[in-house]
Order: sequence, then C-alpha cells, then structure tokens
Amino acid sequence: MSKKLFISGNDAVAEGVRLAKPHVIAAYPITPQTVVVERLAEMVEDKSLASEFLHVESEHSALSACMGSGALGARTFTATSSQGLLYLSECLHYASGGRFPIVMMNANRSLALPWSIYGDHRDSLSQLDCGWIQIYVEDAQESLDMAIQSFAIAEHLSVLTPVMLNLDGFALTHTYELVEIPEQKEVDAWLPPFRTPYAMDFDKPKNMGFSSQPSDNTEFKYQQHRAISDAKEIIKEIDSSFGNTFGRTYGGLVDAYLCGDAEFIIIALGSVAGTCRTVIDELRKEGRKAGLLKIRFMRPFPDEEIITITRNAKAIAVIDKDISFGYEGTVFTNVNSALSRYPNHILKLNFIAGLGGRDIPKESIREIFDKLNDGINNNSVKTVEFLNLNVETDD
Amino acid sequence: MGKIIEIRWHGRGGQGSFTASKLLGEAASLHGGKYALAFPSFGPERRGAPVLAFTKIADKKIQDRSEVKQCDYIVVLDETLFNEAFLYDLKPEGRIIINTGTPEKYKHIDGNKLSLINASDLAQTVLSRPVTNTVMIGALAGATAVISLQSLLAAATNYFKGELLVKNMEAIKQAFEYSKNQEQI
Repeated sequence: MSKKLFISGNDAVAEGVRLAKPHVIAAYPITPQTVVVERLAEMVEDKSLASEFLHVESEHSALSACMGSGALGARTFTATSSQGLLYLSECLHYASGGRFPIVMMNANRSLALPWSIYGDHRDSLSQLDCGWIQIYVEDAQESLDMAIQSFAIAEHLSVLTPVMLNLDGFALTHTYELVEIPEQKEVDAWLPPFRTPYAMDFDKPKNMGFSSQPSDNTEFKYQQHRAISDAKEIIKEIDSSFGNTFGRTYGGLVDAYLCGDAEFIIIALGSVAGTCRTVIDELRKEGRKAGLLKIRFMRPFPDEEIITITRNAKAIAVIDKDISFGYEGTVFTNVNSALSRYPNHILKLNFIAGLGGRDIPKESIREIFDKLNDGINNNSVKTVEFLNLNVETDD
Repeated sequence: MGKIIEIRWHGRGGQGSFTASKLLGEAASLHGGKYALAFPSFGPERRGAPVLAFTKIADKKIQDRSEVKQCDYIVVLDETLFNEAFLYDLKPEGRIIINTGTPEKYKHIDGNKLSLINASDLAQTVLSRPVTNTVMIGALAGATAVISLQSLLAAATNYFKGELLVKNMEAIKQAFEYSKNQEQI
C-alpha cells in the first residue's frame, strides 16, 4: 500500500529519486536545496537507497561526474540552485550535447547582485537555451511524481536529453504538505532500470564526447532540436501512463484551468498558479470569465497548446518571475512568439512579479485581470509592467 | 475555495516553533482528514533570533501559497516577542495564545482575544527543560478547537520517540486541559 507523509518539496523530490533507484548521485550542497541531497545521503547511509553517492567539490564537478556516469548508461541524479546552477552552466551544454539523460532538480532562487537567497525564476530561465528539458511544478506531490517521470522522459531512447526539474525556492522547497508515496514495486514496474545501446562498453567500443567539424556540427544540433521537439508527444504519453498506474496526471506540457470560455487568461509557471486559481474562483463567482494556463514545460515549449487554449480569449497576461533586462520577461517572449503565428491578434500583457522572493498576493492577481479588462476597453496599459513597484517612475 | 484557518507562530530559533507548525499541519492532514501547509518564514535561520512559522488548514486542498496576512490564531512561544500590534493582524474572531508567567501584564487587552498559559513553567515541570513548543500546541488546541487532542497525540508519535514522546504527549495533554478549562470559566 502507498503511504502518506507530511513532508517538504525537497523531501518529496528525495523520496521520488529514492523510488527511481539511481545508480549514481553526485552533489555539492548549496542552500536552500541542500535538503534534497542531505536526505539522499542519509538514505544511502541507512542503505534504503543503493546508489553511489559522489561528494564532489563544486556544482561544475557534480554535473561533470554525472556525465561520466550517464556515459556508462547509469541512471544519474544531481540537484542544484541559483548560483550553483550558473556555476555548472558550462556542463549543461556538454550534458545535452552528449545526450546524457541526467535528471537534475533545481531550487529556483534569485541571482546576485544584490545578493538574495529568495525565490524567483531568473536562474533556470537564463539557461533556457542549453538544450535541457525544463519542468516547473506546483506542489510537493507533483515534485515527487515528476522526479519519477523525469527519468522516464530523459531516458526514453528517442529523447536521451537531460531534464531539469524546477521547484520554487522556499514556496515549494521548504513548505510541508501531505504527499502520497507510491509503492516501490509499482515504481519498479513502471520505471524499469535504464538500458541503452549507447553506453560505453568494452565489448562494443565507441567514441563519445568527440569534436565536430563545420561539415557535421549542424546535423548534431538538428538532431538535438528534433529530439526535444519530438519529446512533446512522449511527455504526454508518459504523463498518461503514469496516471494509469498511480492515479495522478498533470496534463502533459500545460495545465489549463477554466480556460474553455475564458475571456481573460493568466499564463504562469510554478507555485503562483495556485494563487491564480484561488482568485479565478472568486472572479467566476462575480460572473467574470477568467482562466489560468499553467506552463509545465518551458522546453519543449507548448506553443500549439497555448495557441489552442487562448484561441477564444480577448486578452492574456503572462506573469514572469524574471526579466530579460532591456526587453521583457522570457516566458512572455516565448508565449508572444507562439501567439504571433495565430492570425487573430489579442491583447498580450507582461507582468514582472515575485522577483527576489516578493510575495504575489491575491490582490495583485486580481489587479492583473483588471488591467486586461482596462486594456480591451482601450484604456492605456503598459505591455511590460513591474507589479507592485515601490519606486516613482516617469513611464 | 473554503475557509482557510491561518496560524502564525512566534518563537526564537531553537525553541521549536517551526516544529510546532509542522506537527499541527501533520495532525490536521494525516490524522484529521483535512489539508494543511506548514512553512517557516523564508530566509536564513539562526539560533536565538526571532523566527516565524505558519500553518494553513482547510477542508479543501490549499492552492494559495501567498504570504499569511490576517491570522485566525497567533501563538507566541516567547513573550519577549509579543507586540500589541499583533492584535491588528487578527481576523475578527481571531485569538492570540501567549506563554507568560505574568498574566496581569495583559489585563488591559480584550480577554476574548487572548489565551494565556505559563508554558515555560509547565514545560519545566513535565519535560524538565524549558522547551515550550508542544505545550503551546496543546494550549492552542484547548483554547480554539482548531485540532483535536487525539490528532495531535497521533502526530506527536512521528516527532518524538521513547521517554521524550511520553513526556511531550503529557505536556500536550496538560496544556490542552488547562486551556480548555480556562475558556470555560
């Protein structure tokens, strides 16, 4: 029988990883994701997890070690956060280019300077182009379930691409809630050990991690692009298969809430989605047609889903917990690019919010819906607005 | 979305206020059939420094992860952290539970808003050390019925073992009875 525990998002990821039985975990502990690798180290110590735990001297070395074990065909996990993610950035490209199916949890936190340990999405979104699949989850149960699903996605022989599982720092990583822990034998049956014909092997020697020439580099990059693009269908299949076994599905690339007849839709990632739903329930009682489109995967990007789901809306707002300085939020850029292919232009606004851990209260979500309404009534609205900005501006 | 009961815990690093917030959340969800979130005030932790912790309890899954502003209950483990401005953070039917050995200090405050217990004294007697988190959670349960004694005791078994469990269960029970009787007077 599955059991329930009252645990944090960090603990939930560790429990999910334990159930997935990785051969190798390499980690350097950085606050505030430390708990994930601490728990895993404890599990290895008390022999409830039979993994090689490599204590390395930096995040850069952790991901380098993961590439080594990935090359051997071993199931491999690491975790990082914020500055640690940036420190291993060089290896992100190495790992995806080498097609090593590593799973890495990232606790989303702000970047220095000014120094901040609080949550936002500037760390992972700045690494969007490094060839990794990026997942954003909303609660501790989804964290555990997606830790398991991440291995199935990464190791799928048509995908063979590393997966970054993103949890909002503190709001998810340090918040405790009830989580159902699946039974080991069910996970064993659903996620069999990783088998790949592309492993280093004395009997079948092959060259890995090699150089390329102008004559073939494009072809390598095209194959990477195709693998991640084709992963869209595989991600949906894996979500549905997971649901059949464990009774929980998450909608694949996106999760739409009351979007069917919605005139106004907020598009967001991660834990703020719950606050949005709460406000949408209130607005619906007032007769206002509001909806939420939660993006679960930033890569591969759910362009077709976004186009289809917002087709009947009058206006959309994208909440970005990041800013590409001098332009707009990165999620907005991606959403805008998808919607530009759709001939019927709708109002699209971008709200920069939650930077460096700033709370996004219900009142602010309501304000966003009000501004969408203002916008379609021809009142002047800014395309990119910093929500709850506490300084005077001249724009 | 149904009503969410929101509880704020005040203590100092090392006094166990975050443990209390978790114990209550676990009691309400795992043993009380409700949904709960428990979280510390986000940020660095230091022993002795003022810390906040929060518990949210509801009949339905709690989706809203924004900050707690108006509280149903505020529990103060360390009296030196109490500030009368806390009264403005309460919802209309809200209540503050304070650990104090000098209840006369609070005479000028509306009695319907306060529950007082000498938790340090009770903890010293029952636990032989001045750790008041389990006493204060028992006092909260007795004063407000936010959680049943049975659910609290069931959750405690996951946080303590052996003699420590027996003593902490006794601390919870005694605080519960004391606060419950205070309310009936």
